[in-house]
Amino acid sequence: MTETAVCPVLHERDHPLQPPVGFPEAVGDGPVKMLWPNGVEAWIVSSYAGVRQVLSDARFSTRKGGQPEMRTDEGETVLDPDQPGNINGIDGAEHMRLRRPLSRGFMVKRMNELRPRIQQIVDEHLDVMEAKGAPADLVTSLCLPLPSLVIAELLGVPPEHQELFQATAGDLFGKNGSKDEYLAHATKLAEVLAPIVAEKKAAGTNDDMIGLMANDTDFSMDELIFLCIGLLAAGHETTSNFLGLFTLHLFEKPDQLEILRRDPSRADVMVEELMRYTVGQLGGAGLTRRATEDVEVDGVLIKAGDWVSVSLIANLDEELCPRAEELDLERDAVSHLGFGFGPHQCLGANLARAELQIGLRSLFERFPNLRPAVPVTEMDYRDDMITYGAAEIPVVW
Amino acid sequence: MTVRIDQTKCIGSGQCVLAAPDVFDQSDDDGLGLVLVPEPSAELLPGVRDAVDRCPAQVVSLEE
Ligand code: HEM
Ligand code: SF4
Repeated sequence: MTETAVCPVLHERDHPLQPPVGFPEAVGDGPVKMLWPNGVEAWIVSSYAGVRQVLSDARFSTRKGGQPEMRTDEGETVLDPDQPGNINGIDGAEHMRLRRPLSRGFMVKRMNELRPRIQQIVDEHLDVMEAKGAPADLVTSLCLPLPSLVIAELLGVPPEHQELFQATAGDLFGKNGSKDEYLAHATKLAEVLAPIVAEKKAAGTNDDMIGLMANDTDFSMDELIFLCIGLLAAGHETTSNFLGLFTLHLFEKPDQLEILRRDPSRADVMVEELMRYTVGQLGGAGLTRRATEDVEVDGVLIKAGDWVSVSLIANLDEELCPRAEELDLERDAVSHLGFGFGPHQCLGANLARAELQIGLRSLFERFPNLRPAVPVTEMDYRDDMITYGAAEIPVVW
Repeated sequence: MTVRIDQTKCIGSGQCVLAAPDVFDQSDDDGLGLVLVPEPSAELLPGVRDAVDRCPAQVVSLEE
């Protein structure tokens, strides 16, 4: 018997925008079995084809079944696996029951209708940033407020509830508190949402997400509230971090930034490439699944019951595109895995795309000379293993 | 060449619409993928192939 390799420490990076030290070498083309700091053994799958297979094959379950999270050494998940409305932790028909009705609210058409409002939110924030003058922190000026305002719009939070909603959402995601603090804030947010749900029910409308869930589905109140919180949780820090990380990658690669400056009308395609590259460079472990039957992946037999962690470093696999390790904003969009794959692929992908496209384009159109006020490598990065990003991005222009 | 969507497993992600907006749409009733042009002309085929590749539920097919 060979001994299972120990997973490299995933918080240590030589450069904040590159994969954890030793990780790419340790996983190779995968799959490899590794021992996590919390004592759980899991396969890491890191090839493009392997990741697509694991994420789309129904023999891999996303149910976490009370097992400790493999990504962290804390051994505790915030989420109860049996929490009603936990869309990311259930499979098959049960999952489709929750997921299907939500897709109407995220339709490409609906996202396009939201674009003018997203543009307005971005412009207002850039106005304030410009008025206050340099230096500014990009995270608090734009990255962080944008997604929560947009999600409030999508959910249909009425103006009179906005302030309380934003403040409560800010408390929930503002800092990495303890599990108890998180639960207390989540309870508070549920209290803020309850009367809004009641109003939509009474009005019988379905033109926003809360109305749609309240009036067009069989969701229980618990499911509905948790799904609202879930949308906020899944779409807040992720989008904020990525807008920041995209900007940082461009600061580090002036030739690529020049391509965006020259032709901002291609920002849509460039966001796909930035997404592919940024997610790939984050490397590390990613999405967790468990085999329910014996399955062969990339020529290796994964046994029923084995845990699998899919690494989105697969976005740097040459099988996806040539020179996959390079950021190339002149590339056509490729079928990357930045938003996952299979039935659990990011529900909010098209919303995130709209925010990132509008945000990035407007930022460099407004401030063509935008540049970091301190070296990118000296900024402070937050890494709670699920979301990674710069805590502050001081900029001048 | 015939384009099909197996709606039973479609998750309404709209990736097909992004890949080939002239060939696909999403239903206003439930957001599921719809084929607007089942027999697309040659110039639309690259977009359709892209949709086949990108569909997260792998339910878009192109039968030659
Ligand atoms: C750049 C921003 C974002 C990134 C990188 C991202 C990434 C992802 C990934 C990789 C998954 C798949 C998880 C898995 O397979 O287990 C996912 C799922 C999900 N995302 Fe996102 N996401 C982003 C923004 C958003 C936004 C804006 C929303 C909603 C407003 C959202 C809502 C969700 C939900 C609800 C799921 C679970 C879907 C399911 O399990 O069926 N995400 N996201
Ligand atoms: S890409 Fe696939 S899952 Fe998404 S709407 Fe089109 S057919 Fe449905």
